[in-house]
Amino acid sequence: MDIRLDGISHSYDDFKVMEDITLDIPAGRIVCIVGPSGCGKSTLLRFIGGLERPEAGTVRQIGEPPAGCLNPLTYIFQDFALLPWRSVEGNISLVLEDHGIKGPRAREIIGDVLARTKLTDFARALPKQLSGGMKQRVAIARALAVNPAVMLMDEPLSALDSQTRELLMDDLISLWARQPFTAVYVTHNLAEAVRLGHRIVVLSRRPGRIQEIVEIDKPLEARQFGDADLDAKQKYLWQLMRDEARAADAELLNV
Amino acid sequence: MSDATLSMDTRAAGTGAQGRPVAFRGGGFAPRPRRWVGVVVFVLLILIAEWGTRAGWISALTLPKPSDVFGTFQELYASGMLFKHLGPSLARLAVGALIGVSVGVSVGVLIGLFSYIRAGMVPLVAALFPIPKIALLPLFVIWFGIGEGSKYALIAFGTFTPTVVATYGAVDNVDRTLIRMGQSFGLSWWSIVRKIVLPGAMPGILSGLRISLAIAIILLVAAEMLGAEFGIGAYILQAGSLYDLERLFAGVVILSLLGVIVSGAIGMIERRVLGWRT
Repeated sequence: MDIRLDGISHSYDDFKVMEDITLDIPAGRIVCIVGPSGCGKSTLLRFIGGLERPEAGTVRQIGEPPAGCLNPLTYIFQDFALLPWRSVEGNISLVLEDHGIKGPRAREIIGDVLARTKLTDFARALPKQLSGGMKQRVAIARALAVNPAVMLMDEPLSALDSQTRELLMDDLISLWARQPFTAVYVTHNLAEAVRLGHRIVVLSRRPGRIQEIVEIDKPLEARQFGDADLDAKQKYLWQLMRDEARAADAELLNV
Repeated sequence: MSDATLSMDTRAAGTGAQGRPVAFRGGGFAPRPRRWVGVVVFVLLILIAEWGTRAGWISALTLPKPSDVFGTFQELYASGMLFKHLGPSLARLAVGALIGVSVGVSVGVLIGLFSYIRAGMVPLVAALFPIPKIALLPLFVIWFGIGEGSKYALIAFGTFTPTVVATYGAVDNVDRTLIRMGQSFGLSWWSIVRKIVLPGAMPGILSGLRISLAIAIILLVAAEMLGAEFGIGAYILQAGSLYDLERLFAGVVILSLLGVIVSGAIGMIERRVLGWRT
């Protein structure tokens, strides 16, 4: 299933935050969206998943989600959004219960996603017992449980320290290698973007427009921490963004 | 940075090679449970009262002797009157508080969820809250009769308003990102309310319950002012009008104990239900 954004524009009051964004998200690829703060990256992601409505333009899904897909557009949030009163397996079962999946079938799915995220031993732990990296892995497991057609990731690694972030990036890459998923990955971290993105969309500062789309052909599994060609891409991206980021930083916040 | 070079210099100069330990200035501001202290305070106060009344510097009219109060209490227990009074009181408390709290939680959740209900009900609740419910007792007698109905109504009404206020505040405080998460996974409205909003509001609802139930005990006495033959409140009022201080105090002690038990029970529920809190 592909996603197509067509002429998305949006403003809060009479304050334009986004202008004419047209973008294709092809199946099986990870599209990273980067941009200076306040350019509307996260808002754009909320449009894609239908949590907010753009003022103008449309978001379309092209083609049908694959069979067995419970929730085609599934988010992974920056702050994990786990229910603190439910255990790890309870948090995953939460998103299955509404689809009438209970009992042995639910246990099978939960067991599978916990194994894929290496959380099997923590099934009964409460979120307060887990580190930040573990919590985000639970959130990833929860997203996998509904078998999404497109994963919408809103700065999923930004709340984590840099070592945990590296580990989780490796986990995401191996998950993708095992079973390629479609993802829109919003981040302000260019290192994450060049490691995980097949296509990197650079937004300008407010009002957000697409400044450039950078493709990285190197396969995800072959990308390593500190690769020279990735560093070059990262440098190039930073050059694109630098002045915009500085200008954005100096802006008064009216939101 | 300049500090670092400064200390290097003093060390080089050889003055105070051992140095001084850095004074501790953290700690505090974190109360920890000290179970026995509460008991000690109670025992101490009772002992002082006993000593004062025996020695005579507290006159018998000011305060009854604690041992006499205890004697009255024993008498009450032995004659079987204790449970004759306690039974109806507990029933009134249970029925009244149950009605008040359940209606209060429901209305509070509705206020928390729907704009129109909020706009309509919040001013109404604000208008009802400061009314001394005791003043409405005659009205309740007319509406619900002199029997149990008016007593239930008074206690229910008294617990309703604080419960509503606590509940909608608690619902407002539920983490919106969790609700957004529920929506993003396509959970139904009812599922979000049941599995995210209500558990998330539970801490606030339970702490509101402490206040509501204390108010329920206060109103119990008021409710038994009219047309109650048995009940702790009736017992206290009867003793009060006869200036029988021993019986008055015995009744008051029962109410205090009731308060402590209710508060302890809520504490136990909190520990069980809210174990997920960090």
